[in-house]
Amino acid sequence: MSDKRIRIAIQTEPFDIQAEINFLSKDQRDVGAVVTFTGICRQDNSLQALELEHYPGMAENELHLIVEEAFSKWPLQGAVVVHRVGKLEVSEHIVLVATASSHRHAAFDSANFIMDYLKSKAPFWKKEHPQKGSAGNWVDAKESDQKILGRWRAKTAN
Amino acid sequence: MTKFLYFAWVRERIGTQSEELDIPASVTTVRELLTWLAGRGDAYANALSDMETLRVALDQTHVETDAPIAGSREIAIFPPMTGG
Repeated sequence: MSDKRIRIAIQTEPFDIQAEINFLSKDQRDVGAVVTFTGICRQDNSLQALELEHYPGMAENELHLIVEEAFSKWPLQGAVVVHRVGKLEVSEHIVLVATASSHRHAAFDSANFIMDYLKSKAPFWKKEHPQKGSAGNWVDAKESDQKILGRWRAKTAN
Repeated sequence: MTKFLYFAWVRERIGTQSEELDIPASVTTVRELLTWLAGRGDAYANALSDMETLRVALDQTHVETDAPIAGSREIAIFPPMTGG
């Protein structure tokens, strides 16, 4: 058997994906699948760096609510969400979502769900810096990210 | 006094991250609150001009613009979220 393992963190420092997989699977005898998603700062046009801002307190709360909702929809044994804030250069890791279940489908689907909800519900904001030292531009929210939530509601209505 | 928090470009345009304000008794909904705040000066008007785009959280919970603000201790105003 296994216990329910949840870890939510907002931090400036990098995360250790292997350590999070171990957290989700060590001595969890009925965990058969861990899926991880890593969001990475990619080079886009002349983008050199991203700056991540968040609403302390509410960001953690929203991530907990999203994870709890995932637990209510899929048979999960664990979930990890780590979101970095502050200045991040191209190729740096921004966000990690990891989910653990007995079978892969629940782990894949719930990781996807958590990531989609995080994008539209968790209070984080990205600013793009085209060159070092520039004032930067706030990233616009994508309407498609909102539409995805409607699709999840239709798909997972219970 | 109610604590106001601003994030991202709302914070930059208003020029402060947080402040304590007395809300007039006539202001009862989020929409009325945004209209009242926008009347506080050019920086507020500029930050809050596109009311349909803005997001508001009362005591760290997302709300719609017709929500009543009564009893809220912390009101946060910010653009649509772009994390992940």
